[in-house]
Amino acid sequence: MLETALKGSRKYWVWIFFLLAVIGAGFISYLYQFRVGLGVTGMSRDVSWGLYIGQFTFLVGVAASGVMVVLPYYLHNYKAFGRITVLGEFLAIAAVIMCMLFIFVDMGQPLRVLNVILHPSPNSVMFFDMLVLSVYLFLNILVGWTVLGAERKGLPAPSWVKPFIIISIAWAPSIHTVTAFLYAGLPGRHLWLTAIMAARFLASAFSGGPSLLLILALIVRKYTKFDPGKEAIQALSKIITYFMITNVFFLGLEFFTAFYSGIPGHAEPLKYLYTGIEGHGKLVPVMWTSTILAVIALFLLVPPKFRKNERLLVVACIATFLSLWIEKGFGLIVGGFVPNPFERITEYWPTLPETLITLAVWAIGFLVLTILYKIAVSIKEEAVFDKYGQRQVK
Amino acid sequence: MYDGWKVIIGIIIFIGIATFPILYDTGKASVPPPEPKIDTPEIQKMVDKKCIESKSFMKTEHMVMLNDWRDSVVRDGNRLYIATNGKEYAMSLQNTCMKCHSNKKKFCDECHNYVAVKPYCWDCHIEPKEDET
Amino acid sequence: MSIDRRQFLKIAGASALLGLGGLSTSHLLLRNSLEAAQGLTDPSVITDPKALVAKRWGMVVDMSKFKTEEDYKRVMDACHHIHNVPTIGNPKEEIKWIWKETYEHAFPGQEDKFLSEEIKHLPFLVLCNHCENPPCVRVCPTKATFKRKSDGIVMMDMHRCIGCRFCMAGCPYGARSFNYRDPRPFIDKEKENLEFPTRMKGVVEKCTFCYERLAVGLKPACVEASKGALIFGDLEDTNSEVRRVLSTRYSFRRKPELGTHPSVYYLIG
Repeated sequence: MLETALKGSRKYWVWIFFLLAVIGAGFISYLYQFRVGLGVTGMSRDVSWGLYIGQFTFLVGVAASGVMVVLPYYLHNYKAFGRITVLGEFLAIAAVIMCMLFIFVDMGQPLRVLNVILHPSPNSVMFFDMLVLSVYLFLNILVGWTVLGAERKGLPAPSWVKPFIIISIAWAPSIHTVTAFLYAGLPGRHLWLTAIMAARFLASAFSGGPSLLLILALIVRKYTKFDPGKEAIQALSKIITYFMITNVFFLGLEFFTAFYSGIPGHAEPLKYLYTGIEGHGKLVPVMWTSTILAVIALFLLVPPKFRKNERLLVVACIATFLSLWIEKGFGLIVGGFVPNPFERITEYWPTLPETLITLAVWAIGFLVLTILYKIAVSIKEEAVFDKYGQRQVK
Repeated sequence: MYDGWKVIIGIIIFIGIATFPILYDTGKASVPPPEPKIDTPEIQKMVDKKCIESKSFMKTEHMVMLNDWRDSVVRDGNRLYIATNGKEYAMSLQNTCMKCHSNKKKFCDECHNYVAVKPYCWDCHIEPKEDET
Repeated sequence: MSIDRRQFLKIAGASALLGLGGLSTSHLLLRNSLEAAQGLTDPSVITDPKALVAKRWGMVVDMSKFKTEEDYKRVMDACHHIHNVPTIGNPKEEIKWIWKETYEHAFPGQEDKFLSEEIKHLPFLVLCNHCENPPCVRVCPTKATFKRKSDGIVMMDMHRCIGCRFCMAGCPYGARSFNYRDPRPFIDKEKENLEFPTRMKGVVEKCTFCYERLAVGLKPACVEASKGALIFGDLEDTNSEVRRVLSTRYSFRRKPELGTHPSVYYLIG
């Protein structure tokens, strides 16, 4: 099946080489970071986690979101999602690979990464995160590849795949809950010490991930013979809408607890993020961009007339994705460290090498995604369109 | 064979790359075996010029021994080593081993360079100061 | 016999796995049997009889004894010099094991507009609290930071640290520093302590209650340099000086509401 990724149009190869160029630039940046140390990033003694861990956090959510199409199809026989479950699983694979890469580039001593396996520490949430992410990657590769392989042969999937699918459905929310636990269990970081951290993560995962999936599905429809189907797109858009509402609601809950209680611990980081404190306000424009994007997204998602218009839906999905990417992939992580345990403020902004490395990891993710989607689409084109002459699913 | 010539050329290129290290060194003088020097001033001063364990043991086991020492001192809090000769030594690379073997370049590096290993001990453990002779 | 590409790859992969697995298993088994065959008596390892022992080391910082700038500098320099702590020179990447903080910042949550001016501006000495219930130890994925069972010191194993900085996020006291670059160029070569290692880039470091000095019967460097301002002893020993001081004077700790049970106590006046 891999050989289908080696055949493509001119546009396909231009895209591949563009990604390889970005990866190359980032790789050289990483060599620089490996030689000099993490001092080349914007991280500091006070803000000891930055863009890398932020992106990891956001992408775990995208990875978990595959369950949003897998669950309705396999547990509730929602036929409309039948065509895109493999797109969801392959997106999960690309996202988990990006997560692992972001962890790797963030480590101070990356060559010692195996210490996490050689010296297992069940008391540490990070140990569990490594475990659950690895198993989830394995599950998605196994299930996606097997189901696709069966489709290629024109056969139903083998029955032994079903239990793995069920496990992956339960596993998906767990990976994001464990990641939320990284933050929610730390006694000294008041922005993160909230019971609804995992719930917030899941809400943003299940709106951010499917919005990316929806855009990807529309791209697939535009450039290939394979059509995910109008009903699938509309069902996804409803899922995105409800989870985005939940996500914004949860953020509102945080604001209420922080400011109505009057206890400074929880409120100070939110103040820093949204208004700035004592002249320190680097992140304020960023957070308000996220807020405005969220408002635009909900404005276009909630009314059915707008949601059914696919052009507006694309805008809504881009707005949703970017809003959540800023909020979870940057604001939440940096905000946890400001103010520091001494109530002093050290600000953070990524540097150029840090940004190039980040872009390279995204490019690797997109490369994996492109190759996997190319394979999936080539097989589905044959199995569905060429065989049955079907384009639109009714 | 489909695309026969492509495959054969590919195999030839592969063999070329895989055997490059050997081909690169043909005709060059062979690297002499390592000769770690144990004639430091501190060792000269010793009456009984013996290391804390035998040479053969150290040759094969010093890596494992240093790892065990590391775990014992840092993780278990035990810093005294009773060697097989019954004597007591502090388990410290910097303060025990390097006190006698104060010539890292002519001792430690001799074998390490020969087998191309780069132990990272001295990234942290301070090397004894050596004259550049 | 014709074989298709898929089958070939499957057989090759399985053979590689079996081969590697078999090789490493046989190597392991062989090595163990060789060691037994040579009949070597294992050399042994013991604790230094001189070592200071305690069930739980603790420290009392008597702020009434810190009067001049010199009092603080002597204590901080003692620690940083013997441990080769680098002077990075910028607050972004600075490394510090023991340092000064004002009352409001060392004890946030205790802010008080009407607090005596003297205390408001009194610099407090802060360091790792060697908590009894340390969040940093809880979160470390490799046990590179761990609590010593023998005496409760929260230790750092620089050899094992992978530099993930989870412990830095977990510490509620900001006690930990990360080596964002190679620290060696930032260590004063004149004052370098040749008997203690430096660290390398990519690992976290902090105060370790001078475990290397306790192991040979010496009190921590800061305690020795403090001229009695820092009292160090066994919190579990009812007869120790620390317990006597704590039972006679009012003391307080940093952020006690977090349940970390710090081992560093503060006295004022």
